[in-house]
Amino acid sequence: MIPFTYKRATESAEAIASASTPHSSYLAGGTTLIDLMKLNVVSPENLIDINKLSLAGVEKKGDFVLVGALVKNSDLAHHPLIIEHFPVLSQALLSGASPQLRNMASVGGNLLQRTRCYYFRDTTLPCNKREPGSGCPAIEGHNRIHAILGGSEKCIATSPSDMCVALVALDAVINIVGPGGKKSIPIVDFYVEPGDHPEIENVLEPGALIESVSIPISRLSKRSHYLKVRDRASYAFALVSAAVAIEVEEGIIKSARVGLGGVATKPWRSKEAEEALVGKRVGRDTYKLAGEAAVKGAKAHEHNAFKVELTKRVIVRALEKAEATV
Amino acid sequence: MRLKISRRRFNELAMASAGLATLGEFSKAFAQGEQPLIIAPVTDSAVNAMHVHFKVNGTEHTLRVDPRVTLLDLLRNKLDLTGSKKGCDHGQCGACTVLVNGRRVNSCLSFAVMHEGDDITTIEGLANGEVLHPLQQAFINHDGFQCGYCTPGQIMSAAGLMSEVCGKADADVRECMSGNICRCGAYPNIVAAIQEVRGHS
Repeated sequence: MIPFTYKRATESAEAIASASTPHSSYLAGGTTLIDLMKLNVVSPENLIDINKLSLAGVEKKGDFVLVGALVKNSDLAHHPLIIEHFPVLSQALLSGASPQLRNMASVGGNLLQRTRCYYFRDTTLPCNKREPGSGCPAIEGHNRIHAILGGSEKCIATSPSDMCVALVALDAVINIVGPGGKKSIPIVDFYVEPGDHPEIENVLEPGALIESVSIPISRLSKRSHYLKVRDRASYAFALVSAAVAIEVEEGIIKSARVGLGGVATKPWRSKEAEEALVGKRVGRDTYKLAGEAAVKGAKAHEHNAFKVELTKRVIVRALEKAEATV
Repeated sequence: MRLKISRRRFNELAMASAGLATLGEFSKAFAQGEQPLIIAPVTDSAVNAMHVHFKVNGTEHTLRVDPRVTLLDLLRNKLDLTGSKKGCDHGQCGACTVLVNGRRVNSCLSFAVMHEGDDITTIEGLANGEVLHPLQQAFINHDGFQCGYCTPGQIMSAAGLMSEVCGKADADVRECMSGNICRCGAYPNIVAAIQEVRGHS
């Protein structure tokens, strides 16, 4: 690990000014950043510790819930407002990492969680995300955990977050403050696919700080479910996960949300699956059509073709679970 | 001849060497032509070093520390609290688990300087004098370990679990303890020990 300066920020403006200098990084829970610093995958020269900023609240504001960026994953998962209005989010959070890590990890940090791609994490090997232009060994190499959706010829690394998959299904909005002022960006527009520049993962500008996340309360969000399939029963990243929400009237699906994790280069929203559901009668036959629609554009590699079938089945089961709630 | 030196003695020497600018000078001064057994870098002479103040097991500490030093390394190498173990050093095994302000965390994934004003409890601070904490006694009663390396982390994790939301069943305990790995496979006995203390055995 290279030497770095460390500064404790007490106000957002001060933090943003500090973080706007080159090679600077915010530090919140540290569970991703310190891990990657130990591996020399990232080497910031200045760390701005934002843990003392007043961004750790969860409150209901009219028809949405505002979640501060420094709320710990465990606190959010067990918060009464989240359990009441967004069961899918609580389930997603509790399926991620371990209790210790959830006590450390923040909402803002989780939004910026980095991929678990083996090649990204190993500095002795090329990686276009870590070193632009160096190549992607995953495409021809070991790619069992890699993406079948949203990949490019430069990168097929998956987004590892569970929380973000639920937030995609809940139409969350990310509130940012930066050198240019405040901005609110819908989560689907926050992440970018790797394309020719896998090193760019989102639309955050240098120095910009995530302050909070707004989650709209809707009839949709209550009837929701997160299903995660992984290699062991607990404490593992998703091979495939789905966050689904449906609004049903007299057996007919009025609106639907389908988010996918473990299979895509960013927290994935499948509009194709949603379109396959709306206007149809609830039930397995409909859900199967949604599963088929979700993987229509999927591109499998040598070791991850199983994810295509698994994704379809996870979507069906998650929808059945969501239907059974309320 | 390899120079032999105890860990405790090394730490004393390392602290005494704070006046020396570099580790290299320390080595030279320490033993001509012999490399000392380096267990931890001399951290407090680094350019970016800064002060941090916190409480560990009820004792106040003000320390000057390189910001790269993790809470785990500081506890073990500077405060000589070697009960917290370094397994994976990446938050995957739980051997380094301690309580910070009553909540269990992986001390390996946290820089010491982040803990200004915090109240930290390690395995050394769990017993009440010679009287073991109920979890420590339960681990003995149920033979909740074999080699013992993961045990401090298991017990501190269980101590954190006591004030968290967790269902009553053994399966719930296994889920709530999934951040602690035991290579000996003492899991059934660990679960039994925790359940006894929770009153669900």
